Amino acid sequence: MEALISIVLGTLTACGVYLILRFHTFPVVLGLTFLSYAANLFLLVMGRLTIGKPPVITEGVTDYADPLPQALVLTAIVISFAMTAFVIMLSLKAYAAMGNDHVDGKHKL
Amino acid sequence: MNLLLISLTPFMGAIFAAAISRLGRLHSAWAAVVVALLALLLLLPLIPDVFAGQTLIQRISWIPMFGLDVAFRLDGLALLFALLILGIGILIIVYARYYLSERDDMGRFYAYLLLFMGSMLGIALSENIIQLLIFWELTSLSSFLLISYWQNRQESRSGARMALAVTGAGGLALLGGFLILGDIVGSYDLSVILASGDTIRSDPLYRPMLILVLLGAFTKSAQFPFHFWLPNAMAAPTPVSAYLHSATMVKAGVFLLARLFPALSGTTEWFLLVGMTGLATLVIAAYFALFKHDLKGLLAYSTISHLGLITLLFGIGTPLAAVAGVFHIINHAIFKASLFMAAGIIDHETGTRDMRRLRGLWMYMPYTASLAMVAAASMAGVPLFNGFLSKEMFFSETLFYIEESWGWLLPAAATMAGVFAVAYSLRFIHNVFFNGVPVNLPKTPHEPPRWMKVPIEVLVALCLLVGIFPAVTVEPILAVAANSMLQAPLPEYDLAIWHGFNPAVWMSMIALAGGVTVYFMRAPLLHLQDKLGERLEFKTAYNYFLEKLFHYTTQITHWLNPNSLQRMVFVFIIFILALGASGFFGGVGSLTGPYELLPVDGVSLLVAMVIIIAAIATAYMHQQRFVALILIGAVGLGVALIFIKFSAPDLALTQLSVEVVTIVLLLLALYFLPQQSPTESNKLRQIRDLVVAVAAGCGVGALIWAVLTRPYETIADYFLANSVTGGGGTNVVNVILVDFRGYDTLGEITVLALAGLGIYAMLDHLHLTGTSQDANGRPWDRDMHPVVMASFTRLLLPLALLVAMFILLRGHNLPGGGFIAGLITAVTLVMQYLANGVTWTQSRLPANIHSIIGYGLLIAVVTGLASWLFQYPFLTSTFRHIHWPLIGEFELASAMVFDLGVYLVVVSATLLILINLGLVHSMTLLPKSKKHSRKWKH
Repeated sequence: MEALISIVLGTLTACGVYLILRFHTFPVVLGLTFLSYAANLFLLVMGRLTIGKPPVITEGVTDYADPLPQALVLTAIVISFAMTAFVIMLSLKAYAAMGNDHVDGKHKL
Repeated sequence: MNLLLISLTPFMGAIFAAAISRLGRLHSAWAAVVVALLALLLLLPLIPDVFAGQTLIQRISWIPMFGLDVAFRLDGLALLFALLILGIGILIIVYARYYLSERDDMGRFYAYLLLFMGSMLGIALSENIIQLLIFWELTSLSSFLLISYWQNRQESRSGARMALAVTGAGGLALLGGFLILGDIVGSYDLSVILASGDTIRSDPLYRPMLILVLLGAFTKSAQFPFHFWLPNAMAAPTPVSAYLHSATMVKAGVFLLARLFPALSGTTEWFLLVGMTGLATLVIAAYFALFKHDLKGLLAYSTISHLGLITLLFGIGTPLAAVAGVFHIINHAIFKASLFMAAGIIDHETGTRDMRRLRGLWMYMPYTASLAMVAAASMAGVPLFNGFLSKEMFFSETLFYIEESWGWLLPAAATMAGVFAVAYSLRFIHNVFFNGVPVNLPKTPHEPPRWMKVPIEVLVALCLLVGIFPAVTVEPILAVAANSMLQAPLPEYDLAIWHGFNPAVWMSMIALAGGVTVYFMRAPLLHLQDKLGERLEFKTAYNYFLEKLFHYTTQITHWLNPNSLQRMVFVFIIFILALGASGFFGGVGSLTGPYELLPVDGVSLLVAMVIIIAAIATAYMHQQRFVALILIGAVGLGVALIFIKFSAPDLALTQLSVEVVTIVLLLLALYFLPQQSPTESNKLRQIRDLVVAVAAGCGVGALIWAVLTRPYETIADYFLANSVTGGGGTNVVNVILVDFRGYDTLGEITVLALAGLGIYAMLDHLHLTGTSQDANGRPWDRDMHPVVMASFTRLLLPLALLVAMFILLRGHNLPGGGFIAGLITAVTLVMQYLANGVTWTQSRLPANIHSIIGYGLLIAVVTGLASWLFQYPFLTSTFRHIHWPLIGEFELASAMVFDLGVYLVVVSATLLILINLGLVHSMTLLPKSKKHSRKWKH
């Protein structure tokens, strides 16, 4: 399972890095989204992989998944959304102002 | 005793004065007088204690961990300064009321002035030196506002900026000095610092500390070579100059020297640095003052010169010199304030400050002329005026080192400066009020309004009273001030006008005679100086420095930032790769650790495959933007499944709802953007990026593998153990969010709120047109709001809201909470927009969502503050179990109210973002649909 997670996260990162190196705003935003997936998952698995032990205190249960990374990631997901929204609006604004959607505001390929 | 209140009164008064000016422009002047009088009244009852030799200290605990208290101190020196600041401040307020014209905003002026007054009082009354520094910086900032009061004038702005740059840089140095000083002594309290002079002087860090502290004091007091900001600050309104350069701003520097005198003085370094700087400033500025054609320029340089004199006295370091220094601080404040005000009257009445045009004003304003003459005589050091007394003390103190081989230097330079002081004082009077008739004045001068002269009359009366009866007027306050400055018994001294024919008298007489001679021989000197022009001024050097600074910083910026995002991102990623790789290769042991691995099951494998395929497909097909968006949605859902698998139900819920919102948002945005990215022609570059991406992916994968196969320690046990007993909730993730780490969450929802508002601002006035067909040229479906979908979403709304409420309420104990409930609500409402159209939905929702963001934040903060009422720290939560009929046992926790705040911020910020983008849509659609309807009519 650990290997699988490593591969998934590696793939997400690779796709994210490839996309943020593109020339146009929309793929860059998609790339950022990929990177936030990867970062959020990365944070979660720092608490190691735990299956079927949600950190909700139940009588008679003593073993739980680490709640701390989860709390960190929960807000991180929401903040990532705010960031994605901000960046996409910025790219819309730039598109309106510059007339093209190149990340540097230049029209070239 | 409430020293805190005294120094806070002007700050509160500033708001009051600004607010009241809306009722009438003159109100703020009277408000300012009342505020200053109030502060003075609060101070008065404490005076007897100070005269009895007490040092009053008021202490309020602030950050005890760092040894920082809000601490105020009132002793003789502080009292003297507080009286000068408030007393002259009141006169300035009255004067400015008549000086400012109809066009000037009085509320703003008095607000700034009171702000400045409060900052100065803070410096004078601070016991803690870090706190002193805060007020110190506040004077820099508020003086910036005052100097740039006439914002539309270029010289005001540049003068203010220069003053801020110089004094701000000095403030930074001072901070360094204070930190070292605090480190040496082990305390930031003046009481301790003043008592440990020997420890400080013998410390190896004494020299760097002294230099840093002196840099702060010298920049503030406009000492050579930092003096150049002061003449340029003359662009300020004259009442401001009169206040800043007589009793306050520049006096803060010498106040600091006086304050720390017992702790820092008495070494060779002190004598050389302080004494020589003072000497240079005294002579150079006195020389320049004579040649200024601008009336205020003359006063500016004379101010610098007199500050140099005070600095030199402190540098000489004898107790008697220190007394003379304090005495001169008083005298200079009195005569310089009145001279500035007189200059202001002349400027006000004639419309010019150029001394080449101002002549023979005696005929027009004899009364003002008489007042100015008294003040100028005091500045020149003529007997029977107050300036004479301290100047004579100064002259005799310069003889202290006469036994040394270079000992003649001090008295010679002092006499020289005295000569120029007499000459420029004479020029101020003779040139302006006599010496022929006015040359081409913009308006015919006459005496100013009665109350514009009253402040000068008060000060001039003081000049005379102090000058003639020093023992009964100034002696008591001088004694307590000098005593608290020295922290030691006072030396013997006698404030008499006549001490017999001692060397000081001869020096005075030489200065008087020499000054008169120099003044009447001024023509060739002036001519020479005009030819040399501004080359001798540091302003040129400063401007050159600034220019070069901007030039080089621009170059460095260009070099670091080549204006290409891809290149910068590329460099960034390469750098991270290199860092990561060095970690692996220089690291310890094998990649795989000893931790026991989990087995892989079929479903997990399947989900992982889906995510991987969807992700690669997204990257591969990113030019087909719509397809890529759908694919990335699949990836996001896969991520939610991973969260479920690994025991994070809260995260799964959040991810699921965020995913929906994100995709809707990106879809909306995509409508305006090109539907396809153009094909990239540079294959080589694509391959390069691919290699970098794969390397990054492998690095992250390897890193995770290495971490996951190793055991770890967690601090989570604390949260698991205390969640129920301390936080009153069984859902530990939620309890961490709203209770243990509530402060973080507050910060995070603030970020969300700011992002929402930022987007709201960005979308304002955004004009974009979308396409009406898809990438293949097929038109969009005209039926934008299908009836079936609209009806179903309307039916769904109450149910979905109920679910959201349920999730919100149960969040403390089971997966859910404010974030998730907020997102669910937002999704539900966005669905209404999608299905029913913006107009339909908008008319059924509160109009301004952005105010709800504010309420949400307010609820969260107020919940936190409420714990203060019960003497608990910020954001401490409490809970109680209540048995409700029918519902059964129900838990109420204050953290749930906090969660409600979170909920409101999340709902409103998300909606704000989506709806405003949607509104841009409907605006682009509106004209089109009108066009359509018109077509159909035909």
